[in-house]
Amino acid sequence: MLQQFLDRFSLTDFLLKIFQIVAIIILVVGVFKSLGADKYTSGQWVTLIFAGLAQGSIYALIALGYTLVYGILLMINFAHGDIYMAGAFTTVFLANSFAASGFLASSPFLAVLILILFAAGVSMVLNVIVERVAYRPLRGAPRLVPLITAIGASFAIEYSFRGFYGAEFHSYPLIPALNGLNYNIAGFSVPSVQIVVLVAALILMVALYYFIEKTKIGKAMRAVSEDKEVARLMGIDVDKTIMITFAVGGALAGAAGVFNGLFRPQGVFFFMGFIPGIKAFTAAVLGGIGNIPGAMFGGLFLGILEAVGPNLILEGLGIPAVNQLRDAFAFSLLVIILIFRPQGIFGEKLSEKKA
Amino acid sequence: MNILKENFRTTMLRFGLVGSIVALYLAAVGMIETFAPRMLIGTSITLGHVFLLLAAVGSGFFSARELKEHSLGITATAGFISGAVSSLFLVILTFVIQFFVIQADQGSIFKLREMFVNFSPTLLEFLTFGKGLILGNILLIGLFGIMGVLGASFSFLPKRIRKGWINGLAWVFGIGLFSENVGQIFREFNGTSLNKLLFTGKSLNPIAALLIFAIVFAAGYYGVKTATNNKWKTFSPDQQKQGRLIFTVLGILFLVALPWMVGLFLSQALFIIGMYVMMGLGLNIVVGYAGLLDLGYVAFFAFGAYTMGILTSTGELGRVGFSFWAALPFAVLAGVLWGLLLGFPVLRMRGDYLAIVTLGFGEIIRIMALSNWLAPLGGGAQGILHIPQPELFGLVLDSPQLMYYLVVLGALLAAFVTIRLRDSRLGRQWMAMREDEDVAEAMGINLVQTKLLAFSMGAAFSSLAGAIFAARIGNIFPHSFNILISMNAISLIIVGGLGSIPGVIVGAIILIGLPEMLREFAEYRLLMYGFLLIIMMIAKPEGFWPEKRRRQELKDERDRQLASQTAELEN
Repeated sequence: MLQQFLDRFSLTDFLLKIFQIVAIIILVVGVFKSLGADKYTSGQWVTLIFAGLAQGSIYALIALGYTLVYGILLMINFAHGDIYMAGAFTTVFLANSFAASGFLASSPFLAVLILILFAAGVSMVLNVIVERVAYRPLRGAPRLVPLITAIGASFAIEYSFRGFYGAEFHSYPLIPALNGLNYNIAGFSVPSVQIVVLVAALILMVALYYFIEKTKIGKAMRAVSEDKEVARLMGIDVDKTIMITFAVGGALAGAAGVFNGLFRPQGVFFFMGFIPGIKAFTAAVLGGIGNIPGAMFGGLFLGILEAVGPNLILEGLGIPAVNQLRDAFAFSLLVIILIFRPQGIFGEKLSEKKA
Repeated sequence: MNILKENFRTTMLRFGLVGSIVALYLAAVGMIETFAPRMLIGTSITLGHVFLLLAAVGSGFFSARELKEHSLGITATAGFISGAVSSLFLVILTFVIQFFVIQADQGSIFKLREMFVNFSPTLLEFLTFGKGLILGNILLIGLFGIMGVLGASFSFLPKRIRKGWINGLAWVFGIGLFSENVGQIFREFNGTSLNKLLFTGKSLNPIAALLIFAIVFAAGYYGVKTATNNKWKTFSPDQQKQGRLIFTVLGILFLVALPWMVGLFLSQALFIIGMYVMMGLGLNIVVGYAGLLDLGYVAFFAFGAYTMGILTSTGELGRVGFSFWAALPFAVLAGVLWGLLLGFPVLRMRGDYLAIVTLGFGEIIRIMALSNWLAPLGGGAQGILHIPQPELFGLVLDSPQLMYYLVVLGALLAAFVTIRLRDSRLGRQWMAMREDEDVAEAMGINLVQTKLLAFSMGAAFSSLAGAIFAARIGNIFPHSFNILISMNAISLIIVGGLGSIPGVIVGAIILIGLPEMLREFAEYRLLMYGFLLIIMMIAKPEGFWPEKRRRQELKDERDRQLASQTAELEN
């Protein structure tokens, strides 16, 4: 018995188990203490959750781009956060001229729709260019090589846009029709912008799901992600399918950029994509990378966790100014998921090579 | 004949249009305008011109290379035409600026200039040489065409002339570019007369430029380099050994004398280069030898700096008031411990996941250092102030020149340790793990131990660099420890050649030293790194100075490919 146990015993597993137990204890103690302190009313929690959902739907849209590309090429498109930035940053100028001309006030629905399409177009074109220039020449290279070019592409995009549009912060105009308006949901008031963002993002996600599942191009994408060689033999143009995948991912990221502008008008600048990029990657991993509904769920889940978590868990541990640690909280979540469940919540068990 | 013409036309058009896009990009991103005031030769040729014409030279070169087998006249014409075509978008841009920026309707809702900040009247002035829209554009197109021919000449000139031609241009460009630094070095030697001979103001004077060109051209034409090499080969092995010894001694003397030759400003640049060499050597162990892509390397740099700060600071946050030398081992030890601690959870991860997690670690550490929570320890956003400078036998190392020696010693130590490790059993284990983890494990390599050792060795050098950095600048803030430091380190080892020790030094001089010396480039530093990483990965993945073993591997690979291709052709 003892011999068997000793044979199987591995120090790494043991220490990881201890790490896991410590993390769970911190979580439980934090939650109990925070709830015990009774600092927030239920209305405040609901406000946090809805803000989290709106933010989460933005993460989800970006995460879909990661997941689509990872599903097909098994690579992390490190530049994806900057694709999102490109759409948001370019569109801010159009949005401001819409606001100046009064178009945004007179027909807000149409104006926002045009903004979304424009941002989606910009991000789509840029993502396709990045794929063509930086990734296509490296098909079949060792896996770290495209990751390094992706990092290079990320910096090239960031600093190109800094060169184009300058290093200053810009902000989206407020939409008069939505500004200050609150919906009443089950007795709690929720800002209408958040509802609009959430609903619009959900519509896009459902549309994407149907695109992948029901159309011929979607079928080709799924086939390529299963096996590129066999897909090629079946007459699928693999390079074109990969290009379409990048285009779709880019378009979703661009739309997310406009949603972000509606939801948080300030802070549009060349480096804005970096942190949401890592967080969206976290969301994609959370739902199981390569898994489309998983990325949607992961994004929403991450949004809520990030909104509620610091107040719910860290505050109870007596840590001051928990809002400063929001990003650190999300990144810690990424580390913990990748350590203990790299296949994500819904992910199939990937082979070690893939994970 | 028709097919030939078709091919000819599409080649010129294709490269011309690509060149045109590049030229427009350079204008939009602001490089041309930023570099325009920087004189290179006389007062007429500026760095802005060089960048502007780069696109034309490039498209001329590539289309000439494509049409190599044709006669000289055809390639030169192709160069001219594709060069001229590459001015297309810039010509359009001049009209756009004229009508939508300068003569823009003040009341219009969309202002182009608010979006593209670089489309300014100054740019228009520069693009049209101040000659107005029509004449200026004709000049622009003509100049682009001539530059296309210049680009083509790199491809069609006979080899012997071409070598001298390219070298000559490169030398003139280089000396013009570094005129400030070269002038500074001359001044240290009291060589004001030489200075006056070469430079007028900050730029190379035209006669000196011609002179330099002529000398380098002649050296290239008469093959001085090959002649020297041949002479060297005629020496006996003993003589070669002695020669190498002499060169080593000269090299050491040069390193010792360097900061006093180049002045204060360049010494500071040398200090930073040395610091990055140290970090690069450490990261090279993790990424180059063990194959673990670590994007959070700045975390260990920060640990080193903060440990040094907390242990030695004479300000409020200093706890013990150690001297620099007493605190140094602790700083390194802290780095090693954190390397083990952060390395441990990621043991099971591979490749890209590892990269993202380490990136996350780096950000977590920075956010923690910024937060109020840890402010009693590390000062939060206010940082740690009043870190004393190191003192050696009563001599305070308070100038960049003196700190340079410290950093060179550190870098030499790092290089020595890395070389010994590379040739040890552990080094071979790392490389085996890099090639294939599963096979390495099957061969009896303890992966846990090997990976953790890689992480902690890398962390040790990074925290050593961090500690020296903290002592040099005196005050440390969380903002100094951002992702860009990790990016610098990772870019320099990739550009130099993964796993190669001279590569790290070359990479540090190119990526860290050049932007330090050329302040004009500082703004575009990360932009250039980004493109450099992409281009290196596609065109030269082994780096500028590859490791010997890797060079061999890649060469074998190429030979095998060639062999299989010829076999296919024969069948």
